[in-house]
Amino acid sequence: MLEIEIDGKQVQVDDGSTVMDAAAVAGAYIPHFCYHKKLSIAANCRMCLVQVEKAPKPLPACATPVTNGMKVWTHSELAVKAQKGVMEFLLINHPLDCPICDQGGECQLQDLAVGYGSSASRYQEEKRVVFNKNLGSLVSTDMTRCINCTRCVRFTAEIAGEMELGQAFRGEHAEIMPFIEKTIDSELSGNIIDLCPVGALTSKPFRFAARTWELSRRKSVSPHDSLGANLIVQTKHDVVKRVLPLENEDVNECWLSDKDRFSYEALNGDDRLTAPMIKQGGEWKRVDWQAALEFVATGLRGIAKDHGPASIGALGSPHSTLEELYLLQKLVRGMGSDNVDFRLRQADFRADGKRSGAPWLGMPIAGVKDLNRLLVVGSFLRKDAPLLAQRVRQAAKKGLHVSAIGPNAEEWLLPVKHRALVAPSAMVAVLAEVVAALSAAKGVEVSVALHGKLPAVVSDEARSIAESLAAGRKVAVWLGSLAAQHGRASELQMLAQEVARLSGGTFGFIGEAANSVGAYLAGATPGADGLNAGAMIAQPRQAYVVLGAEPDFDFADPAATKAALGGAQLVVGLSAFDSASLRGVADVLLPIAPFTETSGTYVNCEGRAQSFTAVARPQGETRPGWKVLRVLGNMLSLDGFAQGDSEAVRDEALAGGVAERLDNGLEGVLVSSVVAAAGALERVADVPIHFADPIVRRAPSLQKTRDAAAPTARMAPETLAALGVNAGERVRVRQAGGQAELVAQADAGLAPGCVRIAAAHLSTAALGAMSGDVSVERV
Amino acid sequence: MILAGCDGDRTWRLQDYVARGGYAALRRIVAEKIPQDTIIGELKTSVLRGRGGAGFPTGLKWSFMPRSFPGDKYLACNSDEGEPGTFKDRDILRYNPHSVIEGMAIAAYAMGAARGYNYIHGEIFEVYQRFEEALAEARAAGLIGQNILGSDFSFELFAHHGYGAYICGEETALLESIEGKKGQPRFKPPFPASYGLYGKPTTINNTETFASVPFIMNMGGEAFLNLGKPNNGGMKLFSVSGHVNRPGNYEIPLGTPFSELLEMAGGMRGGRKLKAVIPGGSSAPVVPGSVMMDCTMDYDSISKAGSMLGSGAVIVMDETTCMVKALERLSYFYFEESCGQCTPCREGTGWLYRVVHRIENGLGRPDDLDLLNSVTANIMGRTICALGDAASMPVQSFVKHFGAEFEYHIENKKCLVPPEVQRAGSQIYVSPSC
Repeated sequence: MLEIEIDGKQVQVDDGSTVMDAAAVAGAYIPHFCYHKKLSIAANCRMCLVQVEKAPKPLPACATPVTNGMKVWTHSELAVKAQKGVMEFLLINHPLDCPICDQGGECQLQDLAVGYGSSASRYQEEKRVVFNKNLGSLVSTDMTRCINCTRCVRFTAEIAGEMELGQAFRGEHAEIMPFIEKTIDSELSGNIIDLCPVGALTSKPFRFAARTWELSRRKSVSPHDSLGANLIVQTKHDVVKRVLPLENEDVNECWLSDKDRFSYEALNGDDRLTAPMIKQGGEWKRVDWQAALEFVATGLRGIAKDHGPASIGALGSPHSTLEELYLLQKLVRGMGSDNVDFRLRQADFRADGKRSGAPWLGMPIAGVKDLNRLLVVGSFLRKDAPLLAQRVRQAAKKGLHVSAIGPNAEEWLLPVKHRALVAPSAMVAVLAEVVAALSAAKGVEVSVALHGKLPAVVSDEARSIAESLAAGRKVAVWLGSLAAQHGRASELQMLAQEVARLSGGTFGFIGEAANSVGAYLAGATPGADGLNAGAMIAQPRQAYVVLGAEPDFDFADPAATKAALGGAQLVVGLSAFDSASLRGVADVLLPIAPFTETSGTYVNCEGRAQSFTAVARPQGETRPGWKVLRVLGNMLSLDGFAQGDSEAVRDEALAGGVAERLDNGLEGVLVSSVVAAAGALERVADVPIHFADPIVRRAPSLQKTRDAAAPTARMAPETLAALGVNAGERVRVRQAGGQAELVAQADAGLAPGCVRIAAAHLSTAALGAMSGDVSVERV
Repeated sequence: MILAGCDGDRTWRLQDYVARGGYAALRRIVAEKIPQDTIIGELKTSVLRGRGGAGFPTGLKWSFMPRSFPGDKYLACNSDEGEPGTFKDRDILRYNPHSVIEGMAIAAYAMGAARGYNYIHGEIFEVYQRFEEALAEARAAGLIGQNILGSDFSFELFAHHGYGAYICGEETALLESIEGKKGQPRFKPPFPASYGLYGKPTTINNTETFASVPFIMNMGGEAFLNLGKPNNGGMKLFSVSGHVNRPGNYEIPLGTPFSELLEMAGGMRGGRKLKAVIPGGSSAPVVPGSVMMDCTMDYDSISKAGSMLGSGAVIVMDETTCMVKALERLSYFYFEESCGQCTPCREGTGWLYRVVHRIENGLGRPDDLDLLNSVTANIMGRTICALGDAASMPVQSFVKHFGAEFEYHIENKKCLVPPEVQRAGSQIYVSPSC
C-alpha cells in the first residue's frame, strides 16, 4: 500500500496505482477525456494535469504512478492553469455550435468547458474541417468534432479485439478513421458511441431523434443473449428512443453488444402486433380482447374435451420472461397436459429426468478473470455471447489458455491455444478422448459410468487439450449452443462433467437466450408424462400455444414445426409482432408486450435473477404476456391464477430459490462410441447474432450490418474442391426432403466434410433440422 | 577526432578505419575482458554528454540499464537527424560509419545488450545504404554478430531507416517506429531503460555519442575530458549553416570561442554584420549576435546565454535577415512535424504558425505578441514529449530578442529590414559546392 495526499486528504492506495486511481479513492474529481478505467492509458488529452510536489511541471494524473508520500493538488493554481490551457487548445478547432450537435447536453467537452473554458475564444483563424467517415449503419460520425482522445481506437483494439479504427496522419491533420473503405463490423461497435467524449461518434439510429434532457431514463434488462446485460432504456412520450448500458461490473461491466443496444428499433417498427386477431374462413380479423380470449378458452377447452388434455402442447421462447413461462406451464398443466417446453432448438432430450437441477454456466460471469484454463465445446462464442467472449479475451491477456472443440473455428479475436476442429458427429468421440487423456495425465480413474466407454486411441489435438487442462489451476468447461443443440447433447454434457471432475473445475452451459436458465426454474419443461419440444413436433398435437416464437426461425426444424402446427385444430400465437410466419399456422394472435412494455424477470447464465419494470406503455391493444396468461387461466377456471402483479408470479416461480436449484449434475446417460459414417456431408447451423430472436431480426439498422448478411453454404476449401464447387457459385443444398439455393463460400475455419448453413433465416428454413446429413450440388 | 583523416578516398572502409586505429578499443575490451563497470566509469570520467541535443551524461545513462535483467536488452542509435540546421550524423555515417559500429559494440558489451538498431533518417537513403555496407564489412570481419572476435560476447546490429518524420528522432517515438508502429512518443515514466524496445530495457544514444566512445576508450576518459573544458568533455561536431562563407561540419573542442568557429567557417558572408545565431538546432532559443560573440561553444556557456548547445547546429543569420520570416519558417516546420498525439502540441503548433504567418503577411494585431507568449506558455511543459517545448522556444526567444521587428511588422504591415536589403542578402549567396 502507498500513502498519498490529494488536496490535503490522506489516502492509501494499492501499489501500482496512478494519481487518477488515488483521486478516485480520495473522492477528488480530475477533469479528463482520454482516460477511461477500462482502457489502456494514453495520456494524450493532457486535461488531467495536476500539481505534484517537487515536480517542476504539472503531470498527467492518469499516467503518473503514485509514490509513497506523494503530495498532489488537483485544483491548485498551477493545476487549474494547466487544465484551462489545455481546454483552450481543445476548443480552438472544435466547433462551438453545441445547439446543433447531437451530443449537446451529454458532452464531456461541453460540461468541462463550463468549468475550464473561457467565455470567448482567442483563436481567430479558420477552424479545421475533417471529413466524415462511413462506419456502417450503427455509428454516425461528425469528425470535425473529434478531439483525438483515441478512446475509440483503444476500444476496438483492446476490448473488441480488432483494431478497426486508427489515427492516421500527423499533427493538426491527424484523423481517426477506419481502414480505407472499411466499416466497423465489430459486434461491440456501439460502445465507441458511449466512449466518445464529444459528438464525433454518435448513434446513427438515434441521431437527432431527441435531446438527452427530454428522455426518461429507466432501468431494464436485455432480452437477447444469456448474459442479461443491464440497460438504461430512454423513452420520450412512451416511445423507446435509445438504449444505453447500465454499468454492472458483475454482468456487462460498462459495455453493451450492438444487439442489446440497437434492437429497440424493432419495438417502434410497423410490424408490431397491436390488436388481437382471429382467422376466420382464411381471413384475419381484428377483434377485441374479450372475443379473442373467449375464442382461445373455448377452443382449448373443446380440444381438451374431445381429444384429451394431452393433445394440447405449449411452446415458449427462451426469450420470454420468467413470469410468462411460469404461467404458460401452469396453464397447460392446469388443463391436465404436461406438454410444455422452451428448448425449441434442442434435438437431444435424453437428459430430462436425469438432471440434478437447472443447467447454468456453473460459475459466476465475473469469475472468468480468475480462470486459467477454459475448454469451450461447440460454441459460436463471439457472436452468441459477445460480452462473455470479451471477458475471455481480457482473461486471455492475463494468461487464460482457451481450448475449443467443434466444427467451427471462425475468428473469436482471442487466442485459442488448442483446438480440435471436428465435424459435429465426432465431437462426442473427441471429448471422450480428452477425458481419457486427462484421466491418464492426472492419474485419476474415470467415473464408473464411463468405464469401457472411452476410446483407446487419443488424437494429438485431444491430448494437447487434456494436457492444457491438466496443468490448470482454475478450470472451466463451457458447452455452447452448438453443443446444447447437438444430436448427442446429453452425452457431451456427461463427458464435460467428467472433464470438470478430473480437472477440479466447473462446467456448464453458456445458454442460448436471455432466459434459458429462468425457463428451467419456471418449470417450462415437460415432466415424466409430458412431451418435450421435439416430441410435440414429431407427434403433432391438436392444439398449440406458442409464446413469443416464430415457426420459421425459432425451432430446430422449421419445416416439421410448420407441418405440425399447420395440421393442428387450434394454434394460439402470443407475440409482440405481426409475424407472417405465425400467421401461416396460427388461428388466433394475441399481442403481448415486449420487454420494454411489461414487467418481468430474466435469469441469466450465472443464475442471476434480474427483474425489470415496463419503461413504456404497451402499444395499441398490447398487454403484458403474464396478464394475458393469467386472464386465460381465469377464463378456464383454473386454480392459482389470482396474482395481482408480476412480482407475485415471480415469487411463486422462484419459491424454491434460484441458487439452490442450479445444478449441472447429470447421471445415467449412456455415452456410446458410435462413429458417424465417413464421407457424408454434415450440416453445421449457427443462429446468427442478428437473427436470433423476433426483436432483433426486425431491427432495421442491425439488419444492415455485416453480421446480418444472408446465409451462405460455407465449406472448407478441401470440401469445396472435393465437390468440384468454386467459392461464389450458387449451389443447391438438400437436407431431409427440403432444399435451399445458396452461394458457396470458402471457410478455412470449418472442419472438412461440413457445410455451415445458418438457421433462423427464411432462405434456409426449408432445410429442416439444424444438424444432419446434407448434399450439395452446383445449380 | 571522429572526422579526422576522413578526407581521402574511400575512407569509410573497414581497412581505412582499422588503419586509423579503429576497432582497437573493441579488441582490447574483448580480449582483456574489461569489466563493464570500468567502461562505464571511464565514460563518466570523460563527461561525454549526449550529442543528440539534451546533453545528458552518457555514462550515467548507461549505468541506468539494469545489469541483471533476465532476457533481452536493446541498444538503439538515434541517427534520425531531422532537426533543421543539423547535418553532422549523416557525415559521421557517410565518412566514418565504423566508429558508430564500434561504439555501439562497446556499449552493448558494457550494458549486456545482445541486439542493436541504428535508426537512420529516411531522407538520407544513401547513408543508410553505406551503413548497411559497413555493417556487412564488420560482420564479415567478426566484429559484430555471434562470438565477436572469438569471444563469448555476441552482438547483432541492424540498420533501420525511417520515413522522414522529425518526431521519430524523439527516442520513444523512434522505438515505436522500429516496432513497426506509428512514430509517436510514449509517455514517461516508464523510461526506456526499464521499458523500451518491445518492452525491454533499452538505451538510446545519438550517433555522435556512440562514435565518440571508441576514442574515449583509446585515449582514456581523463584525456577526453581535457580536450574540452570541465563538465563539457571532448570534441564536438558543429554544423555551421546560414550566412557564413564556408558552411559545413567543424569538429572542435568544447569551449572553443564562437568567434573562432565563425572564423573557421570563413566569417560572415559578404562581411556583413552578425545579427543572430541559433546555436543548437532550430529548437534552441535564438541568441542575438552580440551576445553570441562572447560565448564559447560548450553546454554551460550557451546555457548561460539563455539557449542550448543542443545538437550543435549553428545557424548564423546576418543583418539582411527578417526575423519574422525566419520564425515563420521555423514555426511552419513544427506545425508540420507535430505528431498530433497530445492536445497542446497538436493544436498549439498550428496556432503559433498561423499567428506568425499573419504577422509576416501584414495582418498582425496589436496583442499578437502577448498571444504568442501566452500560447507558448500553455504548450511548454504540458506535452508528452519535448516537441512542444521545441516549437515554443524559438517563438519565445524571437519575440524576446527581436520584439521590435515583430511590432514594426504589426504596426506598419511591412518589414523593418527593407526588401532591397533582404534581396541583396539572398542575391550574393552562392553555395560553395557550386
